[in-house]
Amino acid sequence: MDWHQLWAILSAPDNIPIVAIAFLVPFYSWLAFRQARANDRLIAQLEADPQLAKTHHRKTYPWKPGWLKEVHTWPYLMRMEFLAALIVTVILTIWSITLNAPLEELSNPNLTMNPAKAPWYFLGLQEMLVYFDPWLAGVVFPTLIIVGLMAIPYIDANPLGSGYYTLKQRKWAIATFCFGFIVLWIVMVFIGTFLRGPGWVLFRFGRTWDPTYQPYAVNRDLPDIFHITSMTGKAIFGALVVGLYFLVMGYLLHRLITRKGFNRKIYERMSLIQYLVMQFFLITMIALPIKIAIRLLFNIKYVWITPWFNV
Amino acid sequence: MGAQTPVTPEKPEQGILPPRVREELNVLREKAKEDLEALKKPEKTQLFKSMFRVKHDESERSRALSVLTNVFFHLHPAKVNRDAVRYSYTWGMGGISFYLFIVLTFTGILLMFYYHPTKGQAYRDIIYLMSDVPFGKLLRNMHRWAAHLMVITVWLHMFRVFLTGSYKKPREFNWCVGVLLLVFTLLLSFTGYLLPDDQLGFWAVTVGTNMARATPLLGAEGPLGPQVGVTPYNDVHFALLGGSIVDSNALLRAYIWHCIAIPVILSILLAVHFWRVRKDGGISGPAPVQLESEMKPERKF
Ligand code: HEM
Repeated sequence: MDWHQLWAILSAPDNIPIVAIAFLVPFYSWLAFRQARANDRLIAQLEADPQLAKTHHRKTYPWKPGWLKEVHTWPYLMRMEFLAALIVTVILTIWSITLNAPLEELSNPNLTMNPAKAPWYFLGLQEMLVYFDPWLAGVVFPTLIIVGLMAIPYIDANPLGSGYYTLKQRKWAIATFCFGFIVLWIVMVFIGTFLRGPGWVLFRFGRTWDPTYQPYAVNRDLPDIFHITSMTGKAIFGALVVGLYFLVMGYLLHRLITRKGFNRKIYERMSLIQYLVMQFFLITMIALPIKIAIRLLFNIKYVWITPWFNV
Repeated sequence: MGAQTPVTPEKPEQGILPPRVREELNVLREKAKEDLEALKKPEKTQLFKSMFRVKHDESERSRALSVLTNVFFHLHPAKVNRDAVRYSYTWGMGGISFYLFIVLTFTGILLMFYYHPTKGQAYRDIIYLMSDVPFGKLLRNMHRWAAHLMVITVWLHMFRVFLTGSYKKPREFNWCVGVLLLVFTLLLSFTGYLLPDDQLGFWAVTVGTNMARATPLLGAEGPLGPQVGVTPYNDVHFALLGGSIVDSNALLRAYIWHCIAIPVILSILLAVHFWRVRKDGGISGPAPVQLESEMKPERKF
């Protein structure tokens, strides 16, 4: 364990936000989880007792008959906003007095920074560059993320869980989003910050970043393993593998989605377009860890090779 | 109003001032007393009334009006869901993001006074800012850390909107506006990275914009790019940087995107975002829980 190296990374002023995320995301996840649990208990209680459901105010917050449903913005909301602004200002001021924004040497195109890292919030995409070509990691994935996020409200056909925290009523949606947000985005930012050293080499947590260290690895392409040498053969083979993956994964997901009572009900509410778009994004998302795994475990670089692009 | 009967001096001949002047002074003194008295009730002054237009007492009407008649506050409705003011529901992250945007605009304008977007000068300006400008270091730090913080708060805001299902009907469109806000927040931060013209920014932007070369069809190194006649001198990478490498044109472009174009776009999107929060029925919750057994069958068109 090289504590010095660890401290150098942790205490770099530009890495402070990432250290902050390490606390903030778990904290807010816990806050949401706690409220979701409370609501889920209430939902279970009301489902079991239709008579109570008719009279209950249906929130986990205190309630007395005669209480108004609404309160005045001034002062009840605005004092909270004022307080929030005040606290943020104090935090920001202390942070700005104690930590200086870094300034490196004057830019020099002839002296490459090693490692040359993108700003921390894009490290997830930079991490993908290891496993995918730039046109995928740098262009297609960001586009898919933006389009995929925008598609969420239009493919989520589940009407429950609007305006309150819940886990039970929205298992699929929440699992999918957390997979995308926490595993594919936040965790990648952490890997990029803490584990990627000079040469973008993966260093174990706390290992010294030795700029001369180059792990020995010979990457192969999937068609090579099957001794396919002709260009046409590789292109067709890759298309088959990718197509097969989509079919098999789509089928498995379909089985999973249509299996149980509630999921099936939601599935029945979906139009074909909604369903296919959802399937496409799910299958694509799952493909990322799979590609990472086959690279790390089997040193496979490309699955699909064509004269124009490689996947 | 007006002067009271002047007190008849017992020995008028003793004063230095002639009686007529003394009488006038008395009038002035009375006026001053009245003004001081009025200061105890500032809300009754013409100045105050002209500014705030309504009474600020604790009556229902005044509380509502104080929000509705103020151009800054009227983004709010007069009343809100009683449970929505709890921190645990919204985490205040949208509001904090907006506040940080204001902080960034304010510190950003101050920074612009000390910065020239030209190669050579830009880096010197930052050095000068940190060593010679009063509070220059604080200014730069605050701009930098607020930018980082805003990225985090926007993420958390999105996370909370998702977890509360607040993108569901009728808020689908506002979620999409939100996604655009996220994209432009990140771009705003990214374009700012280059401006100090140091190694960190230079290489981060070089790495970042290199991806544009690989754009399918539009990048010189992207799939099908060369096939449709795209070269390093006419692809999107060139358009972004105003050249084939990160140099003085790129600095100027980053500056204009960062200080003018993106803030303007973001402000417009924010206006739409806030407007839609109101028009979509205010904050989504905390709403009464819905039950599976009461789920209505879907309306097909
Ligand atoms: C610059 C960034 C943003 C700012 C300043 C902002 C600001 C706000 C504010 C002040 C609210 C009121 C409720 C609250 O504070 O939670 C709000 C609500 C909302 N925001 Fe944002 N937002 C931003 C980005 C986003 C993003 C990235 C998304 C989603 C992808 C989003 C989606 C929504 C939705 C759907 C609502 C309505 C929520 C509800 O009714 O509960 N916003 N936003």
